[in-house]
Amino acid sequence: MESLIGLLVGFPLLGAAVLLCGGKRVDRTGHWLGVLLAGASFVVGAVLFLDMLGKNADERALHQHLFSWVPVESFQADVAFQLDQLSMTFVLLITGVGTLIHIYSVGYMEHDERRRRFFGYLNLFLAAMLLLVLADNYLLLYVGWEGVGLASYLLIGFWQHKPSAAVAAKKAFIVNRVGDAGLAIAIFLMFTTFGSFAFAPVLSNATEAGEGKLTAIGLMLLLAACGKSAQVPLQSWLGDAMEGPTPVSALIHAATMVTAGVYLITRSGAIFNAAPDAQTVVVVVGAVTLLYGAIVGCAKDDIKKALAGSTMSQIGYMVLAAGLGPIGYAFAIMHLVTHGFFKAGLFLGAGSVMHGMNDEVDMRRYGGLRKYMPVTFVTFGLGYLAIIGFPGLSGFFSKDQIIEAAFAKGGTQGWILGAVTLLGAAITAYYMTRVMLLTFFGEERWRQKTPSADAPSAEPAAEVHGEHGGPHPHESPRSMTIPMIVLAFGSVFAGGLFKVGDSFVHWLEPVTQFEHGHPPVSAAVVTGATVVTMLVGVGAAWLQYGRRPVPVVAPRGSLLTRAARRDLLQDDINHAVLVKPGEYLTRGLVYVDSKVVDGLVNGTAASFGGLSGRTRRLQNGFVRSYAVSMFGGAAVLVAATLLMRAV
Amino acid sequence: MSPVNYVYLAALLFTIGAAGVLIRRNAIVVFMCIELMLNAANLTLIAFSRIHGNLDGQIMAFFVMVVAAAEVVVGLAIIVMMYRSRHSASVDDASLMKL
Amino acid sequence: MLSSASTAYAAHIDGAALAATSSGTSAGEAAAFWVLGTIAVIGALGTVLLRKAVHSALCLAGTMVLLALFYLANGAYFLGIVQIVVYTGAVMMLFLFVLMLVGVSTADSLKETLKGQRWLAVACGLGLGLLLISGIGQASVVSFSGLEAANSGGNVQALASQLFTKYVVAFEVVGALLTVAAVGATLLTHRERIEKSKSQREQAEERVRKGTQLPPLPAPGVYARHNAVDRPGLLPDGTPSDMTVSATLRDRGQMREVGPEALHRVAALEQRTADQHGQADHGRMYGEPHDPDRDTDDADDAGQGREARQARDEAREEEAAK
Repeated sequence: MESLIGLLVGFPLLGAAVLLCGGKRVDRTGHWLGVLLAGASFVVGAVLFLDMLGKNADERALHQHLFSWVPVESFQADVAFQLDQLSMTFVLLITGVGTLIHIYSVGYMEHDERRRRFFGYLNLFLAAMLLLVLADNYLLLYVGWEGVGLASYLLIGFWQHKPSAAVAAKKAFIVNRVGDAGLAIAIFLMFTTFGSFAFAPVLSNATEAGEGKLTAIGLMLLLAACGKSAQVPLQSWLGDAMEGPTPVSALIHAATMVTAGVYLITRSGAIFNAAPDAQTVVVVVGAVTLLYGAIVGCAKDDIKKALAGSTMSQIGYMVLAAGLGPIGYAFAIMHLVTHGFFKAGLFLGAGSVMHGMNDEVDMRRYGGLRKYMPVTFVTFGLGYLAIIGFPGLSGFFSKDQIIEAAFAKGGTQGWILGAVTLLGAAITAYYMTRVMLLTFFGEERWRQKTPSADAPSAEPAAEVHGEHGGPHPHESPRSMTIPMIVLAFGSVFAGGLFKVGDSFVHWLEPVTQFEHGHPPVSAAVVTGATVVTMLVGVGAAWLQYGRRPVPVVAPRGSLLTRAARRDLLQDDINHAVLVKPGEYLTRGLVYVDSKVVDGLVNGTAASFGGLSGRTRRLQNGFVRSYAVSMFGGAAVLVAATLLMRAV
Repeated sequence: MSPVNYVYLAALLFTIGAAGVLIRRNAIVVFMCIELMLNAANLTLIAFSRIHGNLDGQIMAFFVMVVAAAEVVVGLAIIVMMYRSRHSASVDDASLMKL
Repeated sequence: MLSSASTAYAAHIDGAALAATSSGTSAGEAAAFWVLGTIAVIGALGTVLLRKAVHSALCLAGTMVLLALFYLANGAYFLGIVQIVVYTGAVMMLFLFVLMLVGVSTADSLKETLKGQRWLAVACGLGLGLLLISGIGQASVVSFSGLEAANSGGNVQALASQLFTKYVVAFEVVGALLTVAAVGATLLTHRERIEKSKSQREQAEERVRKGTQLPPLPAPGVYARHNAVDRPGLLPDGTPSDMTVSATLRDRGQMREVGPEALHRVAALEQRTADQHGQADHGRMYGEPHDPDRDTDDADDAGQGREARQARDEAREEEAAK
């Protein structure tokens, strides 16, 4: 069974190699090859999963040692895989959701002439992400980590002819680099502290190292997680990443990329458990991001950007849960999985809506679409109910658990975190209801002519609808709807499935440990509060967008709204805090370089040049001038002789 | 009067010749000034010969004369050549070594 | 014979010195030294300062003759005579020959064109002179031996015995040097003809082919006031023609201009001739408009060449000033 682990990574990697190196020969069948290999990877994952289920909890972890990568004395870097329950969860999520997104992309990217390349990148993305979750040491994890960064760069900037996409890709890559630096430093620290960077020695010896070092490692890991998972302060790339094709957004937000940070924190749980300060920072980051993403999500009119804000917020939940320690890890992962289902479904639904609406992304130009795209409406609606935590759907269970765990943190911290998570739930309900109402209910605003408003066309027209270019909403092809339906099933049932008998918690317990958190009030009260806040959020949204007509052109809004539309000024802050001082530093250095360093060098050269120029004048070519020198020399000689005699 | 006065005179003539070499532009005049300097040197040699009471100085002067004659022959040939090619006997005209 | 003659001369100027062995010379020699020395210095200064190269050469020749006298006074009878014969007679004549070749009439401008050259030259000269004199002053020559003993067998014989024994190698080398110098000078001034010289017929054909002046060039001095080779003749219409002057003179810039006065006189002569022949209006063939300014310049002004050279010197001065 161990030997199959390599295939998990190998299949999509093979797909990427064939699709990217194959050239035009694989143009016609390439996308199906990509789907096939992603599916094959999922099948292998499922086989391994079934095999794993048949074993005792303690014997489930599998190891596969492929080869020694860098065998140097005490520096042993191996290419080796570790498949335990945590990795298994991720493998199934990545390959499962990934495969669905592959299938969806077949329809979505049908008319893109670079579709083969797109599938190559998708496969590369899967392979990198699988490498990340399967690695048995941090160095190999880093390889996958960078691979994910590369693939996300390629996919976000897939429509590179658009300057905005190229810039967004660059932004994502650069912001991620900051996090990558954190991971690299964390690995350095691990090596100096533990003499190894394999999971087993590092995590089992974590308690033996000094707390200061562990805190440093933990903070560096958190920095890495912030980069990949778009947590404050490295969140700025996520919104812009919507420039990529919608399946890419789904893939980034649901199955790959942003989950990597949560995986990293959960995987390194032993380190964080021993470094409470680092844990506190993790929790704070999670809480801040939770509210941040939610507020941003409320203000965006771009459906994808609203969903992006939502992702940020949901990942904030997960990071917060992961920061809670053993009482939260399992719930973080659980929420991650359920979120993977409903967020993928929501994004694919959004893509479907855009597909049907002539690539319009502004929700204010939607409205009343439920009649025209019933499948999308139903699947999107189920995803919506799941994400707001409607009782009985998967989001309800996972989020409720996190809120409970937040309260269970204890003390003032517990109350604050609980309040924040509850508030987050309310806001989530508000903005998701807003998305729902704007898109599928209300009047059909897309019929209104608004020549003044500029339509930010995020994607080139995949299909031209109608002769006059006006949108003619229609349901998407089967290849797009089937994945949505499957994901909708996941959105509805996954949470409940995990909750039954706490199966998910028990499943993960050998890896992440589990302590039952005890909230200061009974679980039922917390659940009730969650439901109530959710209903409040829904009601508020309905009051604002359901009852009243929605203007096609966004009103100016309050100060907060305007700030939120600008992503709460994240770019302005980055610009002011990082870019400007950097520019000033660079200008200063350039000035020092050009004036002082170059000035010194050039000055020396110029002084020699000037001296030579003046000396050169002596060589005027006139014999008589030379004769003067001769006679002067003779006079000096005579004078010297006389002087010598006199002395 | 001491024969050293001849040496003083020679020094004076030598200096005048040297100044002439530096001041004059006509190559022939420059050449003549060089001859003047050579003659001044000869006078010194001959005076020394008398002071020391042997003829070595005179023989040196003799050689100087011979060499001066050879020098004049070649030098004037060069001046004639120069004049032929540039139509000028000015030493300042031959300043091609100027940078 | 040479020896005896020079001895007689020397005896005349410092007869007492010959007898006396040391410590000073005769009063006659001293007087001769001061008088002739002064003249020699003046001659040297003249060599350096006179504008015309010929004058310089003559001054130098005079100085050399005086130096020959000093040689004789110092007991160098052979060298004194050689000085006169070789230097004054041969070398200076060679200089004068070359001067004739290069242009005897041209005078140097004493204006300095190199910046600071004159001051440097004067400073160097003065400095060197002062240093030399102070150096000589340091050497205290209280007594001197005199050459009586050395010259007892005759100066020439004594020199010869030294030359052909002690200095024989140097003598031979110097002889070789002279030979080489003579050959070198011949080689330098010799221009080898590398093509066959053209016959008269070929020259005529070439002239026809080129379409230049076919008939012989007009003779110089025709109708001019001066019948001189450097004065252009007048063409039948009265204009002076450069073609009448030798190309060498033209290149040297030694061609003289025909003054307007001369032209007027010729015109007047023509007019009178015409009047005598009874022709009323001959037409102002030589009729340049009357220009009083130009009339003041006689035809005897200096040639064009000097002006051109002056202009060139001034241009160089400006360049040096920059």
